Amino acid sequence: MQNANKRFVERDRDWHPPAYAPGYKTSVARSPSQALVSLQAPSASELTGPDFRQLRMGRHDNDLLMNFREDPALAGSAGLPVGERIIMFGRVVDQFGKPVPHTLVEMWQANAGGRYRHKKDGYLAPLDPNFGGVGRCLTDEQGWYRFRTIKPGPYPWGNGINTWRPAHIHVSVMGPSISTRLVTQMYFEGDPLIPICPIVQTLKDPEAVETMIGRLDMARSRPMDCLAYRFDLVVRGELQTYFENQ
Amino acid sequence: MRQPNSTPTAELMLRETASQTAGPYVHIGLALDVAGLPERDEEIWNRMAWPEAEGEHIEVVGTVIDGNGDPVRDALLEAWQADARGEYRPEFDLEQPFNGFGRTATTAEGASEWRLETIKPGAVTRGDGRVMAPHINLAIFARGVNIHLQTRLYFEDETEANAACPVLNAVESPARRQTLIARREEADGKVRYRLDIRLQGDNETVFFDF
Repeated sequence: MQNANKRFVERDRDWHPPAYAPGYKTSVARSPSQALVSLQAPSASELTGPDFRQLRMGRHDNDLLMNFREDPALAGSAGLPVGERIIMFGRVVDQFGKPVPHTLVEMWQANAGGRYRHKKDGYLAPLDPNFGGVGRCLTDEQGWYRFRTIKPGPYPWGNGINTWRPAHIHVSVMGPSISTRLVTQMYFEGDPLIPICPIVQTLKDPEAVETMIGRLDMARSRPMDCLAYRFDLVVRGELQTYFENQ
Repeated sequence: MRQPNSTPTAELMLRETASQTAGPYVHIGLALDVAGLPERDEEIWNRMAWPEAEGEHIEVVGTVIDGNGDPVRDALLEAWQADARGEYRPEFDLEQPFNGFGRTATTAEGASEWRLETIKPGAVTRGDGRVMAPHINLAIFARGVNIHLQTRLYFEDETEANAACPVLNAVESPARRQTLIARREEADGKVRYRLDIRLQGDNETVFFDF
């Protein structure tokens, strides 16, 4: 029997934002009103998930400074995106601190002006001809991942009369199974827009907000080149049941 | 060393990183073609089975509907399913005829349907020995969805297996079980199953916690 002795630490749904969070207006009509149905006996359907080690990646898939450059043959700063050059890196670990190797980490973001390269984004700030805004990579043996990009700009959105998103990078991680699947956003340490953002405010616990804040890491910054922000991702802990009780 | 952006709990365990909505521009990151971005060498998308794949080839389609009855036009869905023999095969490789994982999105215009090309999964045996009817696990991500919603798609023509399925039976209300059952259609010689996912209100889809 597949995975008969495996399970994951229960997801604490009071830690995560609730489905219905009226301060974030779009959630009002998109949140279920019925209770979730709990699956007490986990099966392979929940305990397994895709392993992307064979997914062929391009050379610059994790380098947003290079992966949308109009002319890759250009040298120096010609054809590089505008904005603060940064390294975004961190470790994917589970709740017991165990590294999660070879797992897919994907990210997407606005450009330095706060504009997304998306058909539906009509914000005034211009597109950057050298910036796409998407990256992906697999974590290494020790769970580390790394992207090179520019710091995205904040941008206004229509939730309130004058609401702005703090600078953020969307982050998606698979982890060892679909039970550990997680999509979140990384914010930047010290940004005054964080505490007044209606999407950040969907979280009730200020400690939970802390888990989404990338920290400036001077040690890993590159002198005369770019700053580094560290953003660790913690996915649900995997448990083994060693004793049969039935 | 303490995790710089994580919080230990009283149980000496780290807290999970908190979830945030995937937002309206999720396509840039997870559905490049929909965003209008050039595709990379290999993309994870909605063609899960090629003709050589073993099993009954099917198309699975549907919409996502909000509490006002309007289509959700910016939803991204992820599918995870067993192969025709009821085995989950984690290795994702676009060189092989079948992958158990796929992604799809509702369209911004028109009928706003999502679509998967796959094979019908076999029944899966649970750890306790009970057999679950054939199903596809679905996760829904969208603007306004703060943490992805998890549901299952079952097949209308698996009447007996559905009636015995321990997960379907964990849904107390028989009427609510029906929200998980895709209707069979045949069109252009293809077998197609249709499931509309209702996020809220009348006939609200059953969502699971696991």
